Amino acid sequence: MIFLTVGTQLPFDRFVEIVDNFAATHPEIEIFGQIGEGSYQPKHFEYCAFLDEHAYKAQFDKASLILAHAAMGSIITSLIESKPVVVFPRRASLGEHRNEHQLATCKNFESLDGCYVTYDKAQLLSTLDDVTNLHGGHLGLYANQELLNSIEKFILA
Amino acid sequence: MKNKKILAVASQGGHLIQLLRLKPVLDRFDTSYVSNQYREGMGKDFSLVTDANGDEKLKLILLFLQMSWLIITKRPDVVISSGAAPGFFAVMLGKLIGAKTIWLDSIANAEELSLSGKKAGTFADLWLTQWPNLASPAGPKYQGRVL
Repeated sequence: MIFLTVGTQLPFDRFVEIVDNFAATHPEIEIFGQIGEGSYQPKHFEYCAFLDEHAYKAQFDKASLILAHAAMGSIITSLIESKPVVVFPRRASLGEHRNEHQLATCKNFESLDGCYVTYDKAQLLSTLDDVTNLHGGHLGLYANQELLNSIEKFILA
Repeated sequence: MKNKKILAVASQGGHLIQLLRLKPVLDRFDTSYVSNQYREGMGKDFSLVTDANGDEKLKLILLFLQMSWLIITKRPDVVISSGAAPGFFAVMLGKLIGAKTIWLDSIANAEELSLSGKKAGTFADLWLTQWPNLASPAGPKYQGRVL
């Protein structure tokens, strides 16, 4: 099962529509989407606007692949759970976010194991067609020791 | 160490997930959490504030008032935030009451600091970026990251 998430803050119709196109040609693959308050209504997979923490976790746990906008929450959670995450950035130039930080996130996490960055429809669809070759990454639950030490030292100083 | 009071503040989603990655440190102190959504790991000492971003003036005013109340009643020794609007207010107000303040800019901001992160620099005693290329003598420091 594939879990699509575009967060809860803003719609992301362009991404949802591409995933709907993919779903139309792959009826054998189950997909569920948390798609926010967009105007595009998927016809080929189940979706809802928002999931609370528990419902989100339930869908996330069921999924073998995560499809996400380029938000750190989705990327970090996928890496911790060792689920491959295919990332598609929002573009401020298309009115999809307030600035282009999602593009920057993508550029900087391209080489991260388990995180598959795609920049356009063709790249997203070809990555999904190769789905059996995607694998999850690895990440512990906490920040690196350097950061933990520096913050603790500052608090105690 | 438990007697140091920490106020840990972040908006929901990625900011909060990053803040909670500091739990090994936060758990050593008397830490209260503030966010616009509860998330597992924050424990019982949690305060809910309104969800507001830079475009929503009235909600920002409400958020500012809520944060003022929390800072006045909780009197933290340290305020720490990873973003965004609630964290900025918390760091600013924390500084005003003499708390130590920490801003950890989100790892999502790899090419420039977030808007709230830039503004928070004025009020943060420890001003951190998670990207070495964004660190500078007059700007934020790099001292590790949440990954």
